[in-house]
Amino acid sequence: MSVTVAGLGAIEAPYNPGIPLDLDWLAGVRVNRSAVERRAATLPTRRSVKQAWQAAWLLRAVQLIDLTTLNGDDTPGRVRRLCAKARQPVRQDLLDALGVGHLPLQVAAVCTWPVLVPPAVEALRGSGIPVAAVAAGFPAGLNPLAQRVEEVRACVAAGAEEIDIVISRRHVLTGDWRALYDEVQAFKEACGTAHIKTIIAAGELATLRNVYRASLVCMMAGADFIKTSTGKETVNATLPIGLVMVRAMREYMERTGYRVGFKPAGGIRQAKDALNWMILMKEEVGDAWLTPALFRLGASGLLTDIERQLEHHVTGRYSAAHRHPMG
Amino acid sequence: MEIARILETMEYGPSPESDGPVRRWLARHGDGFGLFIGGEWRKPAGAETFPTHNPASGEVLAKVTQARPQDVDDAVAAARAAAPGWAALPGHARARFLYALARQVQKHARFLAVLETLDNGKPIRETRDIDIPLVARHFYHHAGWAQLMETEFPAYEPVGVVGQIIPWNFPLLMLAWKVAPALAAGNTVVLKPAEYTPLTALYFAELCREVGLPPGVVNIVTGDGQVGELIVQHPGIDKIAFTGSTEVGRVIRERTAGSGKSLTLELGGKSPFIVFDDADLDSAVEGVVDAIWFNQGQVCCAGSRLLVHESIEEEFLAKLRRRMETLRVGDPLDKGIDIGAIVAPVQLARIQELVRRGQEEGATVWQPSWSCPKDGWFYPPTLLTNVSPASTVAQVEIFGPVLVSMSFRTPGEAVELANNTVYGLAASVWTENINLALDVASRIRCGVVWVNATNLFDAAAGFGGYKESGYGREGGREGMYEYLRPKWLRATGTSDGNLGGDSSAGAGSAQDPGAGGGGSAGGGSAGSGNAGGGGVTGATAGPDDGGTVLTGDGPGSSAFDGDEDEWPESVAAPPIDRTPKMYIGGKQARPDAPYSRHIYGPDGRIVGEVGEGSRKDVRNAVEAARKASGWRQISGHQRAQVLYYIAENLEVRRDEFAARLAAMTGQSKASALREVDAAVERWFTWGAWADKHDGMVHRTAQRHITVAMPEPVGVIGIGCPDDHPLLAFVSLVAPAVAMGNTVVAVPSERWPLAATDLYQVFDTSDVPGGVVNIVTGARDGLVKVLAEHMDVDAVWYFGTAQGSAVVERASTGNLKRTWVNYGRPRNWFDPEQGAGHEFLRAATQIKNIWVPYGE
Repeated sequence: MSVTVAGLGAIEAPYNPGIPLDLDWLAGVRVNRSAVERRAATLPTRRSVKQAWQAAWLLRAVQLIDLTTLNGDDTPGRVRRLCAKARQPVRQDLLDALGVGHLPLQVAAVCTWPVLVPPAVEALRGSGIPVAAVAAGFPAGLNPLAQRVEEVRACVAAGAEEIDIVISRRHVLTGDWRALYDEVQAFKEACGTAHIKTIIAAGELATLRNVYRASLVCMMAGADFIKTSTGKETVNATLPIGLVMVRAMREYMERTGYRVGFKPAGGIRQAKDALNWMILMKEEVGDAWLTPALFRLGASGLLTDIERQLEHHVTGRYSAAHRHPMG
Repeated sequence: MEIARILETMEYGPSPESDGPVRRWLARHGDGFGLFIGGEWRKPAGAETFPTHNPASGEVLAKVTQARPQDVDDAVAAARAAAPGWAALPGHARARFLYALARQVQKHARFLAVLETLDNGKPIRETRDIDIPLVARHFYHHAGWAQLMETEFPAYEPVGVVGQIIPWNFPLLMLAWKVAPALAAGNTVVLKPAEYTPLTALYFAELCREVGLPPGVVNIVTGDGQVGELIVQHPGIDKIAFTGSTEVGRVIRERTAGSGKSLTLELGGKSPFIVFDDADLDSAVEGVVDAIWFNQGQVCCAGSRLLVHESIEEEFLAKLRRRMETLRVGDPLDKGIDIGAIVAPVQLARIQELVRRGQEEGATVWQPSWSCPKDGWFYPPTLLTNVSPASTVAQVEIFGPVLVSMSFRTPGEAVELANNTVYGLAASVWTENINLALDVASRIRCGVVWVNATNLFDAAAGFGGYKESGYGREGGREGMYEYLRPKWLRATGTSDGNLGGDSSAGAGSAQDPGAGGGGSAGGGSAGSGNAGGGGVTGATAGPDDGGTVLTGDGPGSSAFDGDEDEWPESVAAPPIDRTPKMYIGGKQARPDAPYSRHIYGPDGRIVGEVGEGSRKDVRNAVEAARKASGWRQISGHQRAQVLYYIAENLEVRRDEFAARLAAMTGQSKASALREVDAAVERWFTWGAWADKHDGMVHRTAQRHITVAMPEPVGVIGIGCPDDHPLLAFVSLVAPAVAMGNTVVAVPSERWPLAATDLYQVFDTSDVPGGVVNIVTGARDGLVKVLAEHMDVDAVWYFGTAQGSAVVERASTGNLKRTWVNYGRPRNWFDPEQGAGHEFLRAATQIKNIWVPYGE
């Protein structure tokens, strides 16, 4: 399977059939928090993207976004508006001025609640933009397993091509890796051909070592993407958490040969944040992870800030939010 | 269309930091920079200038003045003139100046960062995020020490005028490390920045003017090594602080030998970076990047020797090579660059030459696939494998972005490899096992250990080396002592003194007992008949009785006129001859070459004989001392018990020791008893300290424990003075062994018998063999052998000015620590002079262990 990305042609999607649960591997995991934090702190200070390069990187960031709405007051109307924004995320006059008006620039996916999948699918029909549904008892994952599996099936049946499931944090905190593995496998099976993104809710896993181990177990069970957070935890996507997950992903790839994608989500609001995440991916795993096939930014407000930065690049004047169509 | 193109390549593109303001400042000084002397800029007419370059392009940035001898004289004179006023300021006033400097550095932080990068070639990320913030931090921290000077160091005063010579690798940071503590303590400064990188120091001089620093407190003279030499040799300078190569450090030690200048040296290194199989390997890889590709590897404490657990060697090196591919070398002003330019062509050539040599000796060279810019002085990150400890590249400091890698099998082997170097600056230890981490950290002989981290610096923690990486510490409380001296020293510093025989006794004076007028410490009351109750119990001559050395007509009778009847009235047969031997490895030892020397009493009569020690005896004693390393590993409490036991057993033989002292020196019995009692108490004092010299936990970064641990120096050679031959010997040996050192002591040449008598006390006090070794004979000659010995870690010498110079000069071989008295006496009875904190500091060196934590 491949994904077509504006400006980049077709690229390989992740392929991860999973492997048997390997408890020895988990037992050998070592993560030094202070050292991880030092590296994470210098990732954004060691690299800098300016001017035309920054504009290009921000356009790419737009292509990486899983444009998301996960609020309690979401309605079909709100989702339709978001889908319209997903199709035309940046004003055409800005794209023309940036010299990329010819490219079909759109976001990677629209991400919403299970019940809002049908209007989203409808609104995105013909765009090629997949609908991603959060499922499996989002955000806490504490519903009975059978219900959660059923929820995944329902989302797929409703037309979601990507399912962002949440894992049971309790399995991580109690070290019940088998239960976690079985659960993710059940979700994977329920997904069928839809892509499964596993949200590990890193902010609730207490330690970075748990973050690493939970990431590994999800991948062993066949996750196509590993995702940091629901956006509802008190700690969401931080660079240290992301770094640990990406290292786990890289190690998994080195040992098994299977490529897995990565999705930070929660708290990514500014263009600079997006650039930092992209720098992390480029440095740690290379340019293949600067494509929506292998990397997504779960965000809602981020797009507006990127649009403002792009307009600034075009005009030389600082922009305002109201100048850009809302999603 | 460029944006569309980049959207395909996703490259970083250039991201240059603006250098406009710095360029304008340089243009304003287009006619060259002067010298900063007495608060004024001075451009001597006809003085030579030299260019300073941008290493990233080779362009000339500025012309700088080569200071002449007259200029250095003037700078020293200005510093000298400013010294009393600056020292007399309340600490709070100095604190305000240092605070103002810190603020000024912060206000001009970006300017300084850009200027530093232009002049040195290091990446702007480093100057912006590391160098300059640390500079400000250093001034803040030391503003605090100035503020607390009166309360925290009440018995200390500034050393005076300090000559400071700094290197090119961290130009402004090294200035801060030198200037901030010197000024906080109340010293004034003549500083020479490195020839390659003088510009930030010159800008700093402008900042000094802006804050209204009194003229002459900071003087900055530029130039090459000749200017450094002028500073080193200058008689108007009280202390030299140097950071640079071990080679130059050695020369400085030699040039200053005997001058009385105190000295701190922060020199080279070949620091180990140890990765155990239970480390967070991805993080350790980043640690390597910070260790050897920080500042192009031009870092004295660079982790340049990678030691990897054999079981993970391949995996780790694969990770490392992959990481090396993503490093970026280029224009150091680019904000997206990891590695900038090498400071000068000569350094680049040296790196190239050493790598070539490594290759010749069989090393495999690995470099990333990309290539470096060609228009500046660049060198790519380099990994050398197939390296053994015998390889040149594993031994010498390359001072470039070149890492050598070796493997080990066990923690013990890792420590052995880590210590298999003449250097001892820093180490980095990677393991998630705290037991292993702390065990290894304590066993590596170096001044700084980073656990699961590397190249962490903070003004609150001392930085400095063991072994040939130099001595002294910069930062923290331990660093402040380097710029202070006990107040009492000045009181006695210049007088000839009447306390000791040494001020008048030249080498070999013991051969000339008639000239011994200087030895009348304690009042010259020989024969005054004031001996009290007859404590001397020589009547039964047993083997344990030191008194039996005295012959019937010996000087004992003259020492204790009133007690004559307590000595053997007559002897039918002559007393059994007994010559004190030397004491080596816990055994009495005959001299390697059987010669003996006479020991004379005050009346010129022979009171005994001791072995004539030779080089070989010193050699044997040092070997014994080295072998007794178990002594340092036992607890302070265990050592304390031994020291108290010595006191107990000495006390039992109080009168016998007093008699011996009196017989040798001619002092009164009361005086001799006073000395013995003081010696007994001194063992108690140091027994007390054995478990109390605690060290500190420094306040550095958050979630870090930075432990400043006083460790024993190792094997200490001690040359004892003639005055108070027992008390001085004990005053020197006791603190050394209390702190866990082992000792080779050369007792008073003139009156050694009190010391040799002590070995019987040691034997009965559970002192392990080799902890104290005693070699008798011609003191200065023997001490010189100790000072030259490569396996001796420190030499203390309390003798003549001339002998002090000899010791300092001879110490250059392995840059051992020296503590000498320049012929100045001290009052051994005085608690501060005879048993102050000075002794603790001399007997230990501080190791700072950084343990970042958090799960």
